[in-house]
Amino acid sequence: MSMSRLEEKAKKAKDKVAALGTDIDIESYEAESEEMGEIEALEMLPEDVQTAALSAGVSLTGESAGDYFQVDQSAVHRGSSVEGIEVMDIGTALREHSYLADYYWKLVSIDTDKYTADVGMHPPAGYFIRAKPGTVSTFPLKTCLFMGGKNKRQRVHNVVIAEEGSRLHIITGCTTPSHAGRGLHLGVSEVYVKKNAHVTFTMVHNWGEEVEVRPRGASRVEAGGSISENYITLTPVKSLQAFPTATLAGEGAVASFNTIMYARRGNIDIGNQTILEAPKTSAESIARVVSTGGEIINRGRMVGKVPDIRAHVECVGLILTEKGRIYSIPELDGWCGGLDMSHEAAVGKISQVELEYLMARGLSTDEATSVIVRGFLDVEIKGLPPALKEEIQKITKLEEIHGGS
Amino acid sequence: MRIGDKEVLKGVNMSVGDGETHALFGPNGCGKTTLLSTIAGIPRYVVERGTIRFKGVDITRMPMYERARLGIGIAFQHPPTIRGLKVSDMIKLCNPQANAEKILKDLDFVDFADREVNKGFSGGEVKRSEMVQLLAQEPDFVMLDEPDSGVDLENIKVIGRAINVLTQKDLKPRARKKSGVIITHFGHILDYMSADKAHVMIEGRIVCSGSPKEILEQIKVNGYEGCVGCLCPV
Repeated sequence: MSMSRLEEKAKKAKDKVAALGTDIDIESYEAESEEMGEIEALEMLPEDVQTAALSAGVSLTGESAGDYFQVDQSAVHRGSSVEGIEVMDIGTALREHSYLADYYWKLVSIDTDKYTADVGMHPPAGYFIRAKPGTVSTFPLKTCLFMGGKNKRQRVHNVVIAEEGSRLHIITGCTTPSHAGRGLHLGVSEVYVKKNAHVTFTMVHNWGEEVEVRPRGASRVEAGGSISENYITLTPVKSLQAFPTATLAGEGAVASFNTIMYARRGNIDIGNQTILEAPKTSAESIARVVSTGGEIINRGRMVGKVPDIRAHVECVGLILTEKGRIYSIPELDGWCGGLDMSHEAAVGKISQVELEYLMARGLSTDEATSVIVRGFLDVEIKGLPPALKEEIQKITKLEEIHGGS
Repeated sequence: MRIGDKEVLKGVNMSVGDGETHALFGPNGCGKTTLLSTIAGIPRYVVERGTIRFKGVDITRMPMYERARLGIGIAFQHPPTIRGLKVSDMIKLCNPQANAEKILKDLDFVDFADREVNKGFSGGEVKRSEMVQLLAQEPDFVMLDEPDSGVDLENIKVIGRAINVLTQKDLKPRARKKSGVIITHFGHILDYMSADKAHVMIEGRIVCSGSPKEILEQIKVNGYEGCVGCLCPV
């Protein structure tokens, strides 16, 4: 589809209300952002930006396979340190790689809703990451989407291609400075996992309390490939709605989603779906959510199209305060015989017996509650490189995670 | 003492002096575990009448964690799994100054340091995990709820050694300050540790107190029914 046809499609959808989530008045956020020049090294970023990145799991020091750093609409730094891995801003990539037209807006429709339409109607910003066939990166690629200005609308479009037999670990920290006011983040991510390629895609949302977030993600996995998508949100947002889709298109493809969510306030509607359309594919979606006053809708959906597939959904939630809401929606949609799909869902409170056990060792009620909540959120995410695992553990050990109050 | 509407303990008079270790016998459901839980301070165990005193302080209404900080420790019979909490981190929570390395080595538990507390542990492993935590906590008064149930001979030895450390059996009797109460059904653990005194509890009452060895002999011969009629020579 030519660019002009895409734009036309986007224009038609510019007022299309999204299927899920509270409706946002896009126009109340400024469309234009000040251009920012490139910097030579990430260490040159202002300290508050570095701090914000760190709290979203992106440390600017330590080993990495490459990086991409975007401030509002400007790509201020990008680069790769591994041969065979390309990291570019999407605008440049579209100009330099004509083949990208076969990937751009192919997994996510530009007219999905007014948010995708808004991204599609403006000049593209976001990252393009491609691993050439057989390229293996052990270290994570660190990317950060930073929204600095007040009352801004940040639009991002990312495309990731893991060619045959390659291996990629990407962490994306989405963040604002601690003093941020209102803002709107719209992010489209399209991830292609070719035959026998393996991708872990970890997204940490660390926004301010007045920020609204509408990511639109999709991935497609070919035979023998795997994707592990991890979404972590531990700090308050005004509203967040995301429902990424993974399509398992080739025999033996594997998808695993891990969602970790802690909401003190705000309105969160998060989940994911996997479409299993090739034999011997398997998928798992695990969500651990905690509300201490926020409203969380937690969706896990599996669609089994062919026999001989396996899928499991786990939606487990804790409500720690009198107020707060967790609405767990595990959905299993089987289209034929010979498939195996299951789910486990629970919404409840902390076990009194566990609390007493820790209190018998001298922990106060609040301390014991924190220990249990941190343990609950400490999901073992398979296939992550140790460096990334450490970063994620640091985030779940933040002081902010505690019990009732 | 009642749990909900049910009166479980019906007037228990018991005193454990400094440096003493007492054994507590009794049929299933007689209130042994309830007694230990009440002393530990589990909130739903409500004391209606009477007092619990420890180190000269009335702790009857004291919150559970304050009792622990004052020096009361308990090894649970069926402790829960704590998801996401490693044994090594649990040791730090019990006592940040504890010599974790030594404790784990002494209990042959080094391989479990990175495991989640009690997750997938066998019977013997659960008991050793409890002892590891208590050795870290270093309580002045330790309560052990069936530390020998479901445990093989090798593990009983290890656990017995740990109990002797907790109750300072390496010191001369007069030098001992730490005390303890142990619930045991068959007394196997008593082959590896020593108790100074024993009590028999039936239907929420202490019906007999005396020498652990003699009481155990009588229970083996006459059963707990014998205790009700008190056939014990002591």
